[in-house]
Amino acid sequence: MAELFVELFGEEIPARMQVAAEARLTEALTKTVKDAGLGGGNAKSWSGPRRLAVALPDVEMMQPDLNEERRGPRADAPEQAIAGFLKGAGITLDQAERRDTPKGEFLFAVINKKGAAAADVLPPMIAEVLANFTWPKSMRWGRSRSRWVRPLHRVSVLFDGQPLSGSLDLGGGQVIEFGGATLGHRMISPAEIELSSGKLYDAQLAEHAVIADRAARVEMITGKMAELTSAEGREVRDDQGLMAEVAGLVEFPHPVMGAIDDNFMALPPEILVVSMRSHQKYFAVSEKDGGLAPRFITIANMTPDAERDALIRVGNERVLRARLADARFFWDQDRAAPLADNTSRLSGITFFEGLGTMGDKAARLETLAGQIASLIGADAAAAKQAGLLAKADLVSETVGEFPELQGIIGGYLARDAHGDAVADAIAGHYRPEGPGDDVPQAPVTVAVALADKIDTLVGFFGVGAVPTGSKDPFALRRAALGVLRIVVENNLTLNLADVLAAAAATHGFDGVAETLPPFIQDRFKVWLRDQGIGHDIVASLIRADDPRWGELTHITRLAGAMAELLATDDGAGLMAGYKRASNILAAEEKKDGARYDGAVDAALISVPAEQALFDRVTAEQSARQDDTDAMITQLRQLGGMRAPIDTFFDDTTVNDDDPAIRLNRLNLLGQIRALMNSFADFSAIEG
Amino acid sequence: MTTETSSDKAKRKSYQSIILTLQQYWADQGCVILQPYDMEVGAGTFHPATTLRALGPDDIWNAAYVQPSRRPSDGRYGENPNRLQHYYQFQVIMKPSPADSQDLFLGSLKAIGLNPAVHDIRFVEDDWESPTLGAAGLGWEVWCDGMEVSQFTYFQQVGGIECDPVPVELTYGLERLVMFIQGVENVYDLDWDGVPKDQGGKVYGDIFHTAEVDYSHNNFDRANTDALMQHFLDAEAECASLLSGDRPLPLPAYDQCMKASHLFNLLDARGVISVAERQGYIGRVRNLAKACCEAWVAAGKAAKGEA
Repeated sequence: MAELFVELFGEEIPARMQVAAEARLTEALTKTVKDAGLGGGNAKSWSGPRRLAVALPDVEMMQPDLNEERRGPRADAPEQAIAGFLKGAGITLDQAERRDTPKGEFLFAVINKKGAAAADVLPPMIAEVLANFTWPKSMRWGRSRSRWVRPLHRVSVLFDGQPLSGSLDLGGGQVIEFGGATLGHRMISPAEIELSSGKLYDAQLAEHAVIADRAARVEMITGKMAELTSAEGREVRDDQGLMAEVAGLVEFPHPVMGAIDDNFMALPPEILVVSMRSHQKYFAVSEKDGGLAPRFITIANMTPDAERDALIRVGNERVLRARLADARFFWDQDRAAPLADNTSRLSGITFFEGLGTMGDKAARLETLAGQIASLIGADAAAAKQAGLLAKADLVSETVGEFPELQGIIGGYLARDAHGDAVADAIAGHYRPEGPGDDVPQAPVTVAVALADKIDTLVGFFGVGAVPTGSKDPFALRRAALGVLRIVVENNLTLNLADVLAAAAATHGFDGVAETLPPFIQDRFKVWLRDQGIGHDIVASLIRADDPRWGELTHITRLAGAMAELLATDDGAGLMAGYKRASNILAAEEKKDGARYDGAVDAALISVPAEQALFDRVTAEQSARQDDTDAMITQLRQLGGMRAPIDTFFDDTTVNDDDPAIRLNRLNLLGQIRALMNSFADFSAIEG
Repeated sequence: MTTETSSDKAKRKSYQSIILTLQQYWADQGCVILQPYDMEVGAGTFHPATTLRALGPDDIWNAAYVQPSRRPSDGRYGENPNRLQHYYQFQVIMKPSPADSQDLFLGSLKAIGLNPAVHDIRFVEDDWESPTLGAAGLGWEVWCDGMEVSQFTYFQQVGGIECDPVPVELTYGLERLVMFIQGVENVYDLDWDGVPKDQGGKVYGDIFHTAEVDYSHNNFDRANTDALMQHFLDAEAECASLLSGDRPLPLPAYDQCMKASHLFNLLDARGVISVAERQGYIGRVRNLAKACCEAWVAAGKAAKGEA
């Protein structure tokens, strides 16, 4: 066995594409080697701005010999059929064997192929993998016909430590001959490096100022940044997305820390952070108390050198000053006029075809946020104000420059004029912005955050712009998840159905689109399961015909109580009793073409066990209330019904010879079924 | 490391000397050194030496030039140290893109005093698209110590037509680049000529500040929008007319396309184009650009056929 090593070297690959390309290349090469009968496995791979590399350490030296016999068509079959068979088997007609079979004379191919040496068959296979390799976005260059993400310059192929010859034809007269040499860091060590193996790749490149391994680069960045900041008693603000990006921008990561000019520290910290991040890819630094420190860290692509570091730091500081001067210009312009002045300009922005302008949306939010606030006991006047102003920052200069600051900027601009509750609501109304983001808790913010998402859901469903398959261009799944998380995590008792209806009214719709409640219920199911609720409990509580489907908190709490009940012995026993009762009912109802849910006649009860069960069921029925707390309390105690049910089945025969007694007992079981199903559809429970 | 000497030298480089150095450098690489196109354009890409020559008829076309560029809505009445409504781009176009394009580019930085060995140079993904030209390409912003010093683009299509061979376009934003080299934080403080002030030396502000103020007033407040609108319609009609008939004239027609593009930018700055209308105007300019490019390619093919 020997190692196959492939390195592709070219011009800078976009950071966001590197990891996926590394995986695709590894997968393609592994499959090719395996399909060629050469084993493979245990792949190791690398990716960075200028190179992708894969090592397959366990490749066979030779392909196995092939001994195969294939039956072809009849000897007198049409010429075309015979030609096809011969071509597929790779033989001539003379080489085919004719054999008599009970069905006539047939052609046979007996193939005895010597396995070829891996070194001979691999190069064209690798060329084919590269020719078929696709990128999310690719280009041509020079006179090439082939496409790659950016110009590709070198393909190194080593097998058992030796370069394999071969070539990749790019078309237009451009050919890359395979070789065994790559280049080091563009500035620090641009000379050719004769590669020796995948095993030594990391070490060889490290000598030439290239850290080939992505994880090693991340570790270097993390370690050095911690060193720089802890020396000042500060710490780096965690930013995984930025880390993933910068690790793909550098071959030798070298964090250099600089200072943010004091003149800009009065800007909202979000503006500073986003300026640094989106334009400059700088990490932000926190003070001990969590506030933003007047520092930034850039990840240079150079080896450490005190003099050079100083130049890099000064250069970056100057660039940042220019960026922040620009940001401050926008910010000062935005602050010059009241936020409310922006609302008139919102009518110039279309929200969505058929759903009016952003101005229309603001007017709807004013109404709906006020209504929701009344339902949840929040300050309705503040919610209306915040609803009206929530989108006003979309026409601000700062948000024009930094769209990711939508909401935040509005919050800053509203604070002095409208107070904290309104400002916080504007700032927080887009939240939660993902499954990992916290939901808003302040009542006014909750009202506006719900109003915004519900307006979007009702609107898009109302005009038929619904998610299909994996396509959800308007992030409606995220909006629905946001709605139910806000409701449940804040223990809100409102009925979502009422709010949807109110939103439909603000849109001028006749009603809520029929497809919307099931869509929300689907998200709710997924979310409940993610919370660890068993899928059968989820199914027992989320039902299309449930008039209380919109009481999300109620359902979530019942789900918890159901899980508790079913985890107890009595609960499991109760479940068994329910199953037995409903099986009997199903069988007898089918036989009789009837439904047994009538009242129980106490006068017909003769057996003590029957009486005991009847008393218990009657007591539970009269205790049954629709209030969530009462339902949970009762559900927790419902396991107590197990014993009377068990005794009933032990001591009586349901199908009594006396039809009146039989009917009465079936009705008693029917009462149990109805009582239990009034909490949840127990028939959906497994086990 | 020779950081001090190189940065000291860099500080002495005037704006005009950097232009001269870039011209000389790219002339040495075999580029035709052109002068700016004599019309108002938004970027060096609009120069027919890039837009049209990227498509045909030459199999090889290497050119470099300075192009004054106008972005009316970027005017700041001369008050913003970083934004201008009129500025200069240095533009290089090489077709087919040489295998060592990146090295050639880095060589040009070195020539003007930005030695890549003593700075942090990075190529950061930035795909370029010009909706008005129907053009697109893949490439990078080139960063020097966090500062975007150039755009580096492998053209894939222009005027909706696939480029073959593929040209590489390098665009240096001269003001920003020279600010970085001179270590200046306000564009108006740039040393233009390297002549000491007491001997009549000029900084950028001496030459351009009044224009920035006046043109900002023009772009935002004064330009006659009815007239601009009419000029736009006229340019559109003239472009179509020049391309019609047995003898289409792609070059004069393309002048009208550039004119329409600039008029649209002015109307946009004057705030009379609604968000909804914007796409429509861009599409109309793109239609002109496409028609010009198609006529240009057809004319080139015809000429080759005759020869």
